[in-house]
Amino acid sequence: MTEELLASFLAASVRVATPLLLAALGETITERGGVINLGLEGAMLSGALAAALGATAAGPWGGLGAAIVAGVLVAAIFAVVVVRAGADQIITGTAITLGCIGLTGAIYRSAYGPAGVGLSLPTFPAVPIPGLAAIPVVGPALFQQSVLTYAGYLAAPVLWWLVYRARWGLRLRAAGESSTDARAAGVNVERVRIVGTLIGGGFAGVAGASLVLAQVGTFAEKMTAGRGFIAIAIVVLGAWNPARVFGAALFFGAAMALQFLFQSFAIGVPYQLFLVLPYLLTLLVLAGVVGKTRAPAELGRSAGE
Amino acid sequence: MNRRTGWFVSLLPGAAALVIGLLVLGLGLALSGYDAVAALAAMWRGAFGSAEAILSSLLPRAIPLILIGLGVGLSFRAGALNIGAEGQFYAGAIMATWVGLGAAAWPRALAVPAVLAAGLTAGMLWVAVPVVLRLRFGVLEVISTLLLNFVAEALVSWMVVGPLQETKHVYPQSDLLPLAARLPQLAGTRLHLGGILALGLALTLWVFGRKTLAGFQLRATGVNPLAAKVIGGVNTRRVFAAALLASGACAGLAGATEVSGTTYALFQNLSPGYGFTAIAVALLARLDPLATILTGLLFAALEAGASAMQREAGIPAVSVFIVEAVIIIIVLLSDVSRRKAIARGAGAES
Repeated sequence: MTEELLASFLAASVRVATPLLLAALGETITERGGVINLGLEGAMLSGALAAALGATAAGPWGGLGAAIVAGVLVAAIFAVVVVRAGADQIITGTAITLGCIGLTGAIYRSAYGPAGVGLSLPTFPAVPIPGLAAIPVVGPALFQQSVLTYAGYLAAPVLWWLVYRARWGLRLRAAGESSTDARAAGVNVERVRIVGTLIGGGFAGVAGASLVLAQVGTFAEKMTAGRGFIAIAIVVLGAWNPARVFGAALFFGAAMALQFLFQSFAIGVPYQLFLVLPYLLTLLVLAGVVGKTRAPAELGRSAGE
Repeated sequence: MNRRTGWFVSLLPGAAALVIGLLVLGLGLALSGYDAVAALAAMWRGAFGSAEAILSSLLPRAIPLILIGLGVGLSFRAGALNIGAEGQFYAGAIMATWVGLGAAAWPRALAVPAVLAAGLTAGMLWVAVPVVLRLRFGVLEVISTLLLNFVAEALVSWMVVGPLQETKHVYPQSDLLPLAARLPQLAGTRLHLGGILALGLALTLWVFGRKTLAGFQLRATGVNPLAAKVIGGVNTRRVFAAALLASGACAGLAGATEVSGTTYALFQNLSPGYGFTAIAVALLARLDPLATILTGLLFAALEAGASAMQREAGIPAVSVFIVEAVIIIIVLLSDVSRRKAIARGAGAES
């Protein structure tokens, strides 16, 4: 492999990893509080559409703002149903994602017409970081990306600190391990779980925005194509630790970027094979790591009385 | 409260959920500048407006929804969350098409059962992967069944430009199934034999759930696996596997009846999300097989109505997913409040 090809593969890996990284980091916070949000896919999709609409009206930053609002709103509905009322998390999350597919499809078609022409949205350009971007091969891959990728770089250590060093993180982990013990210790379990879920929704919104505004440049129905679910798998692979989630997301980004690499080499191999690689890889990786790491003890369950 | 009124009362939250779901849709349409009344009227006409609408639009849509919904209900009852019926449906459709295309020279009495058996088996094999992943490696079936949906969709998109593409290699779809491999239809309509299969399966599962030991073990496993295992001596792993495999078989069978009864060919987007809608179908029926017939018809009416709404009023049919999401969430909420009421009552008595 030539150096040039390697550099472009690495750059693609980081670019593709960015939405996964952002969504998985947010979901890590949600799950640490004992809530698994399968509505993540829907929040991401809503964020993607909001980003497209917002960017059309007010440029990429407007798109980003709209995406965060959309992601938080979707997560808020989920949080109310699941945390306040105590409904089943898995089925509620599935329903939320389903509803978001319907809602985004309907809004997209009424905003841009049934044909859904390719939009040309204002996007976030790649911003090279002076000095670092000049490092051969890895420099451009890591440090010549959009601001949203850098946001992911920053979020990983910040969230790590939040989970393991901040007082709120201790409450969050307590709520996820044992809601009854946490409550006995004076933690407002409901509030902590709701805030954790909303943070996850905000990140999912940013993830959707990064897909539209820093990777694809347009919106299409169901464009997240399971990335929210892959992000949930990345959280498992990253053992619910923001630092390890960072590594796991980059690994998945590389796996998804492999298709660009192979497509230029393996002419004649059906492209669908590369499409399914990330999903199969997710299953393989899950089979390899589950049991070797430990999930928050109350993950997926309603808080005890 | 006697049994009869109990049954009636248990339908109320579902009916309320439906009304609220439709209200939400109507409100959303009005807010986005559509004529909500005209849209809902188009929906009604599309589902119930004529004998043709009922026989050729509503009922053919109800068949896959009921078949898949029965399977989903079965797996949920055992506590196995199969969210991958869409993928199992496609697996069934692929195998059924494959077998059906090769059965041109067979007698119909042989070809049709072979096609159905192929779909059923493929659906079961597709879900066997999540079963093994869960029992051997502890991977949650929710995630694995879901991810395999994407794999199945990609497989279909490759099949229809690859091994199963029509003879002229122009269109991304399979050849039409030969007559021998097609399900018999009610003359002049699109209602096919799958309807009888769906009704028969619903009755069978109802009897299975109420009158057999295995049906009881299934429910016991779903309610409390530990108690079922320790106190009841139930092999919960086996029950879990059997329930998932059976639900995959139902979805695969639905894929087979769809290609051999309705479309006669395999193509991308064969399913308008039947596998997901079926989750709402099963939940609204409270996982009861007989009620699944009703809820399957209901959602088929919604979908038939939605496609009429898209044709006549230009409103995207996907918006029906919003109604489904609202219904699922309201049913979940009413279950929770009922559970809490029961828990409060028990607390007051003790």
